[in-house]
Amino acid sequence: MFTKDIGKEWFSNVRGDLLAGIVVAMALIPEAIAFSIIAGVDPKVGLYASFCIAVLTAVFGGRPGMISAATAATALLMVTLVREHGLQYLLAATVLTGVLQVIAGAARIGGIMRFVSRSVMTGFVNSLAILIFMAQLPEFKGAGVTVYAMVAAGLAIIYLLPRLTKAVPSPLVAIIVLTAVSMVWKLDVRTVGDLGELPSTLPVFLWPQVPLSLATLWIILPYSLGIAAVGLLESLLTAQIVDDMTDTPSDKNRECTGQGIANFVSGLFGGMAGCAMIGQSVINVKSGGRGRLSSLTAGVVLLLLLVLFNQWVRQIPMPALVAVMIMVSIGTFSWASFKNLRVHPKSTNLVMIATVVVVVWTHNLALGVGVGVLLSALFFARKVAQVIRVRGELDAATETRTYLVQGQVFFASAPDFLAAFDFKEAVAKVRIDVSHAHFWDLTAVGALDKVVLKFRREGAEVEVIGLNEASATLVDRLALHDKPGALDRMLEH
Amino acid sequence: MPIILACTDGSTYALSIYQHAAWAAHRLGAGVEVLHVLDHRRERASGVDLSGSIGFDASEQLTQELVRLEEAQGRVQRLKGAAILEDARRQFAAAGVADITATQRHGTLVETLEELEPRCELVVIGKRGEQAGLARGHLGGNLQRVIRTAVRPVLVASRAFTPIEQLLIAYDGGPSVAQAIDFAVASPLLRGVSCHLLRAGGRDEKADALQEQAAARLREAGYVVTSHRLPGEPETVIADAVKREGIQLLVMGAYGHSPIRHLVLGSTTTTMVRTCQVPVLMFR
Repeated sequence: MFTKDIGKEWFSNVRGDLLAGIVVAMALIPEAIAFSIIAGVDPKVGLYASFCIAVLTAVFGGRPGMISAATAATALLMVTLVREHGLQYLLAATVLTGVLQVIAGAARIGGIMRFVSRSVMTGFVNSLAILIFMAQLPEFKGAGVTVYAMVAAGLAIIYLLPRLTKAVPSPLVAIIVLTAVSMVWKLDVRTVGDLGELPSTLPVFLWPQVPLSLATLWIILPYSLGIAAVGLLESLLTAQIVDDMTDTPSDKNRECTGQGIANFVSGLFGGMAGCAMIGQSVINVKSGGRGRLSSLTAGVVLLLLLVLFNQWVRQIPMPALVAVMIMVSIGTFSWASFKNLRVHPKSTNLVMIATVVVVVWTHNLALGVGVGVLLSALFFARKVAQVIRVRGELDAATETRTYLVQGQVFFASAPDFLAAFDFKEAVAKVRIDVSHAHFWDLTAVGALDKVVLKFRREGAEVEVIGLNEASATLVDRLALHDKPGALDRMLEH
Repeated sequence: MPIILACTDGSTYALSIYQHAAWAAHRLGAGVEVLHVLDHRRERASGVDLSGSIGFDASEQLTQELVRLEEAQGRVQRLKGAAILEDARRQFAAAGVADITATQRHGTLVETLEELEPRCELVVIGKRGEQAGLARGHLGGNLQRVIRTAVRPVLVASRAFTPIEQLLIAYDGGPSVAQAIDFAVASPLLRGVSCHLLRAGGRDEKADALQEQAAARLREAGYVVTSHRLPGEPETVIADAVKREGIQLLVMGAYGHSPIRHLVLGSTTTTMVRTCQVPVLMFR
């Protein structure tokens, strides 16, 4: 079983995986640098992280062919921590994030994605794309024509070159061309070297230099929780996207654990926390990457390039990176969601837009998704609440009114349920047939109680029939009306 | 009615697989289910675009493109599979098998066998499939995986079928070969075939006694048994004996090796399947 999978997941697509891994590594470098800038740390922190995470998720992750590294989603959550407490606390928080994610994987949290509806997911990718784009804007602040021209040229190469040839990664060509141009003409633009230290060696093991105390824990825990949640969200979402693209299944819980292990180790080797990347994973699949080897190759090639071509990498002008990041942002955004706004139901659109607004406002993807999930749950409750019908039939001879209740009775439908009974009608006997209804919660039970007691007070004899199994257990346990002194107790409230 | 599962992929071994399965069906009074598995090999990339750039709605675009690519391939494969099954049906009908079912499934062969195996008595598979070329001399990758996961006896068909008059049981005293002996005693499949019981290795009183016991059980069941031991490595000793004695069927237990050892060295089982030019009936 194990070897069967090893062979299949690692070696069934060697050539494709190696090539795709190299293409991905080329795009990982600018991203890792850009995300380090977002977090406010030296590029080497993001680059070491990308190496560790890409390599370790290749081994321990649950979705072969998915690319994980330092990401915008997680970097955005680190900004305050880095500013107020410094790099060492970030590394400690990264280690803790890993621990939390491993626990999440062990708790089999992978199935939780079912509660994240499609509109929330769309909101998630859209806000992610917007955040990535917004993170590029500071590069334009006070910049001259040169920067704008270089970004435009970079984008032109990225999108036009594939029309000529698909044999070379166009983002790489854009970077090389722009670097050459800026070096030859000695253009006055910021380069990667200006941003801080780049890796010159392999990463080394280093325990984060923070006091091992509760105080430290309270500082890093909120950040770690947020990063762990966002990291898992984006990873599981990306895994789903890769599943769909490649028509193959993946192990979501193993992915959670894998992300955890990767972050844990990344923190110990001077890297920041990361997660799966939607854009990179799409690039990987597009380039023919399917197996675990692709992610491993991406990580290894990334580090090799940096260590070997350190002097050249620091010459890369920032506009080249900005161009690549704009491409990633464009590729991540779901443009179809604009068109869908007109077609989709209003509630769905509202969920998507609310998710985007909250994320862009708070820079915290977890909050946005939380709001989105909550809203979609509310809308769902409102929709299901319409699935209820109460029909009355009068038998004049016995003066008996029979109510037939069908559908779902719960907190959202309880008012409709109550309104369906005619309490003004004077009858001797009321029979309520609930054999085709479901009573879901206390509110529903309370509503039925209220109906029974109300009829009783009008002097009618009330009979409830056909409480089905689910409702019966609920009613037995909670309701008042079938116990002695029900009316009195109801009146006390 | 017992069922024999014949796995085909339309390769050069297909005809021989049908003949072996038909032979077994007659012997057991069984029906045949011909299985063709459409393995789309999703773990392998279909289209490659190294441009590394992503544009509008990148993941949806890519999904659509991959669906388009694989849709065409899938349809061709399915039609090809249907033709293979139709041919198989004709072959079996010609061989006088009455009860024939043709099954086409998506997935890997190993996965599908795990699903279907419980309802059959015997699995028939070829030594090589369409993926592994004859010249390369190694076995189909599927075969090794099938042998490792199978719970039913697996009959591994050689390139051509010859009527089976003499069989050789590669006896190693292990639990798998004990299953083979049990099967030979209980099942009508091998009855009447004269039987060599051969153990490769050094003198070992306990093993000798066990072998004698096995031989006695087979004789009791009506087999003509020659039981002997030859020194040397099983791979060479048994392959030589098969050639020397003009054996038409090798019966053996699949050797239980650790997956790691298997990955590095390959197993005795697969070496024997490869070097002996006769069909192999394999037990686990």
